Amino acid sequence: MNMEELFAPMKEPMILGAAISIVVGAIAIVVGLTYFKKWGWLYKNWLTTVDHKKIGVMYILVALIMLFRGGIDALLMRAQTSVPENKLLNAEHYNEIFTTHGLVMILFMAMPFIIGLMNVVVPLQIGARDVAFPRLNALSFWLFAAGCGLLNVSFIIGGSPNAGWTSYFPLAGTEFNPGVGNNYYAWSLQIAGLGTLMTGINFIATIMKMRAPGMKLMKMPMFTWSALITNVIITFAFPVLTVALALMTLDRQFGTKFFAMQDGGMDMLWANLFWVWGHPEVYIVILPAFGIYSEIISTFSRKNLFGYKSMVMSMVVISLLSFMVWVHHFYTMGHGVMVNSIFSITTMLIAVPTGVKIFNWLLTMRHGKITFTTPMLWALAFIPIFTIGGVTGVMLAMSSADYQYHNTMFLVAHFHYVLIPGTVFGVLAGYHFWWPKIFGFRLNEKLGKSAFWTIVVGFNVAFFPLFILGLDGYARRMYTYSADTGYGPLSMVSFIGAIAMAVGFMLICYNIYYSFRHSPRDENGDPWDARSLEWATHSPVPEYNFAVVPKINQLDEFWYAKKEGRDITAGKYERIHMPNNSGAPMWMAGVMFLFSFFFVFSVWSLVIVFGVLTLGFMAYRSFEKDDGHYIEVAEIEATERRLRGEK
Amino acid sequence: MSKVNKSVPLEYSTEENDLKIFGFWVFLGAEIILFATLFSVYFSLVDRTGSGPIGKELFEMPPVLVETFALLTSSFLIGLGVHAMRIGRTKAMMVFYILTLLLGAVFLGVEVNEFLTYIHDGATIQTSAFLSILMTLLGTHGLHVTFGLLWGSSILMQVKKRGLNAKTANKAFIFSLYWHFLDVVWIFIFSFVYLKGVL
Repeated sequence: MNMEELFAPMKEPMILGAAISIVVGAIAIVVGLTYFKKWGWLYKNWLTTVDHKKIGVMYILVALIMLFRGGIDALLMRAQTSVPENKLLNAEHYNEIFTTHGLVMILFMAMPFIIGLMNVVVPLQIGARDVAFPRLNALSFWLFAAGCGLLNVSFIIGGSPNAGWTSYFPLAGTEFNPGVGNNYYAWSLQIAGLGTLMTGINFIATIMKMRAPGMKLMKMPMFTWSALITNVIITFAFPVLTVALALMTLDRQFGTKFFAMQDGGMDMLWANLFWVWGHPEVYIVILPAFGIYSEIISTFSRKNLFGYKSMVMSMVVISLLSFMVWVHHFYTMGHGVMVNSIFSITTMLIAVPTGVKIFNWLLTMRHGKITFTTPMLWALAFIPIFTIGGVTGVMLAMSSADYQYHNTMFLVAHFHYVLIPGTVFGVLAGYHFWWPKIFGFRLNEKLGKSAFWTIVVGFNVAFFPLFILGLDGYARRMYTYSADTGYGPLSMVSFIGAIAMAVGFMLICYNIYYSFRHSPRDENGDPWDARSLEWATHSPVPEYNFAVVPKINQLDEFWYAKKEGRDITAGKYERIHMPNNSGAPMWMAGVMFLFSFFFVFSVWSLVIVFGVLTLGFMAYRSFEKDDGHYIEVAEIEATERRLRGEK
Repeated sequence: MSKVNKSVPLEYSTEENDLKIFGFWVFLGAEIILFATLFSVYFSLVDRTGSGPIGKELFEMPPVLVETFALLTSSFLIGLGVHAMRIGRTKAMMVFYILTLLLGAVFLGVEVNEFLTYIHDGATIQTSAFLSILMTLLGTHGLHVTFGLLWGSSILMQVKKRGLNAKTANKAFIFSLYWHFLDVVWIFIFSFVYLKGVL
């Protein structure tokens, strides 16, 4: 590779500025860690951990950082289009930004946020000591982090992908896209996707095999159900992405003809493969949020969830339908009436199970004693806003009408109206709800509520105008427009909404700092008076989760035990077997990061070196003797006494 | 070690073992999707040969039959290996596993030779969409076999060094699942790529 080409993106002042700030930030972190002598602590307690709770926290931390990265992309886009003929960004830079905005928000913000919450909550909800394969879980996280790093490196070294997050061929092929940007796309998604696939397998095994005695499938909390179904979708959707990305790499770097325009290639094949994964992916990020809402709405209505069985059934139906609708993403790209009609019907069908869920939530609240906490506010805002997204989705589902909406701002407004209330509100609700479980104190309610109102109002101001602009014919992904189009005023309104959202997200971050300093510490582990098993143990949760694994007789066992004055965590302590920490997952992911990085630039000698090293790590793991360790009864007793606040 | 259950075979005997076998079945589910995707791409592109050769001009059955017999026999042998493991015959088990891997190597040798012949005849992975997916599908299977050879040998080394215990038996059993799976994939490749191609 040549240096000139490598650092070409730096010629852009904005990117140079970002690069410098990243370097300065990194130096500050390194200096800080060295000054406070925290390297050992960081390595021992966090980087080598196999504890599902800590891995979950790291996922959420990366997700929050990426929320800001993707959010800055979003602000730049809205700023660029806020007035006609704006010169803030050029066309090329704008292309890169809308591409990375999509990738970052879906794959490196929504996914890790959800997987992070699953990591923290699912083992606790089913009364397990950890996930089925703790070491694999650490590897999942580090592979995700490596993929995330790779995508973020791209905009400094070599250039970002710029063919949209969908990267359709032939635009994404070498003919129209000769740089390394789309190689980065293929490899960052590839290694992050491998991590996600491992998570899928891990959680299926965990939920199917490690539930507390007596917890039948139909006695599981709804979030665990949603996690199970989501992980089944992950396991069956991600291999398709793996293949699609491998074929993309082969086409771009080895001259194969899968998606080529000559020698028999078929460019539409990419669109099909991408969306066979891509549509289920939408449900991967939304079903767990449905699970979170179910927990929160039932907790803060002081009622059991209405229609438990229909909630489960509707999620199963959604997961099946999610694999049968992918063509609706490209109705206009040349298939016949028959194909379009079939996919219109399957797409509209999804509204039925989703509607069932909406009514179940409403009926859960009916006659309930509702308390308006921050998590509950997010859940309440979700219902009407998501319904707008759903209804416009049914409009888009009609293939004949879609010719009018396709690739306009109407579509952009629709999927933000689905994904933001669906996923973002969901993970924020879950984040506020489970924060005390992780850290032992609640986030400040006043700040939480101000952030809530700023974001919800800002969101509608930012995205509702896009429906109107879209119907007026404003096409998406255009870096600018002329004043004659009349898109100017509403675009400015949208920009103002985007700023409000940014303020709201900053309030959420400030709340972390504020609550660490000022929030009263939680004593009994159940600050919300909640229903499911995770609230039966202490906050923060001890390493082994439950000193005694509770026996389950019914759904919401913890809630009924509280009402009847039983203590389900009582019993005789036995020594507990726990997995050992290991640095191998992090180092292996680091090696795979370098492998992918040099693959992007086709530096074959180093690709081979790091490829062999990756195999070496696998061999190391295979030969390693690792029987875990025991926590002895005396230590459990001491920990329990300390967490109960006794001396 | 966690509790040992004596009523089931050694490879299932601990909770951890049971989890690992279950997890591996789920992984095989993901592998099925991976190969199913490759097969669907193959069916989409099989007639899109551009100016390159079609399958009928390319395929030679004798080496393919050698590959098939090598792989099917190896799958049978690893079944015997697992049986030997269950009746506690470590040495017999190792012999069966070694034979399995040797046949895997034979398969791989013939496949590499087949690829070289194609390339020699001017049919490379870049020639046409059909050849791209043909070589990718076969190559993915071949890479799995290659990985299996490395993995299987490392498990054999562990069995030799540490004897048969709950851990090594578990690994050897899981490896046998993997090997059978590769065999199943090959049956599909044999039927839908080669047989359908030459007919």
